[in-house]
Amino acid sequence: MALALLHFVLAVQNAGELQKGLTAIGRGIVYGGAAIGPGIGIGLIVGNAITAMSRQPESAGTVRTTMFLGIAFTEALALFGFVLAFIISG
Amino acid sequence: MSILGVDVPPITHVTVWPTGPLGLNKTALVYFLATIITLAIFFLAGRKRQMVPTGVQAVAESGVDFVRDQIIMQTMGVEGLGYLPYLTTLFFFILFSNIFEIIPFFQFPANARYGVPLILALITWVLFNVVGIAKQGVGHYIKNTLVPPGVPKVILPLVVFIEFISTFIVRPFSLSVRLFANMLAGHLILVTFATLCAALFAAAITVVILPFSFALLVAMTGFEILVSFLQAFIFTILTAVYIGGAMHPEH
Repeated sequence: MALALLHFVLAVQNAGELQKGLTAIGRGIVYGGAAIGPGIGIGLIVGNAITAMSRQPESAGTVRTTMFLGIAFTEALALFGFVLAFIISG
Repeated sequence: MSILGVDVPPITHVTVWPTGPLGLNKTALVYFLATIITLAIFFLAGRKRQMVPTGVQAVAESGVDFVRDQIIMQTMGVEGLGYLPYLTTLFFFILFSNIFEIIPFFQFPANARYGVPLILALITWVLFNVVGIAKQGVGHYIKNTLVPPGVPKVILPLVVFIEFISTFIVRPFSLSVRLFANMLAGHLILVTFATLCAALFAAAITVVILPFSFALLVAMTGFEILVSFLQAFIFTILTAVYIGGAMHPEH
C-alpha cells in the first residue's frame, strides 16, 4: 500500500504535476500570509484617521496626507509578498 | 492557467510584448509618450505666459500648485521649495506613465515593469543621501540617521543595524516595489475581469452574468484612475519626506 503510494507520488512528480501544484499552494500562502498584517494595519490607520478628521475637521488636510504616508509604509509589506509570490517559480 | 474554466493568460502574456522596430515595445512606447506629454505640457505652458492662465498654462500651474502646497509645504516647508522642479517632473512623469493603464489601445501601466521604478527610486536614494551629506556633513549625517535620540546604550547596536538596513537598503527597494506592484496588481485585476467578460460572452447561458462582470470591470477602471494618481502622489511625497528627513536631523 505504502509502496504503491510512493510509486504514485514519484510518477506524478516525474510529470512535474506535484511540483506545479505545490508551487501554486506556496504562492497562495505567501501572498495570503503577507496580506494579514498590512490589512489590519491599514484598517487601524484609516479608522484612526477618520476619527481624527471628524474630531478636528480643520486639520483634515494634514491628517489625510499623513494617512496616505502611513498606508504607503504599511502597504509595502503586502506588496513584498505580492512580488515574492511571482518570484517563486516551480 | 485555467480557473473555473476561464482561461486566464499567464503573467508573461500580460506584461511582455514582442519587440518592434528599434527595440521598441509597448512599455518603451508608453514611457516615450509619458516623457513627451510631460515635456509638452510644461514647454507649452511656459512659452506664452499670461497673467491670467488659460488652457495648458492653467493645467500646468494647478499641477505645480498641487505639488507645492500638498507635497512640499506639508513635508519640507519653505526650505524644500528648491526641489519643486524635480518633484513636479517626477509626479507628472509617473502619473502619465501610470494613466496609460486605462487609455484604450494602450491599457498598460508602463510602471508595471520593474526597471524604471527602480531607477526613479535610486535617483531618490542618491538625492536624499547627497542632500543629507551636503547639509549636515558626512559624519553628522550618518550619526543622525543611524542613532535615534534617546535610545538606551544596551540596545544601541541593534537599533543602529536596523536603522542602517531600513534607511539605506529597504528604502529604495520599497519605494520602487510599491509603485511597481500596485500598478501590476491593478493591471492584473483589469485583465482578469476583461478575460472573464470575454469568457462569459462566449457561452450562451452564461451571458446573463456578463453585466455583473462588466460592471465590476468599469468600477475597477475608475478605481485604477484613483490608484494611478495616488501612486504618483505617494512616490513624490515619500521622496519629499526622505529629502526633508535628510535636511533636518531628528531631535
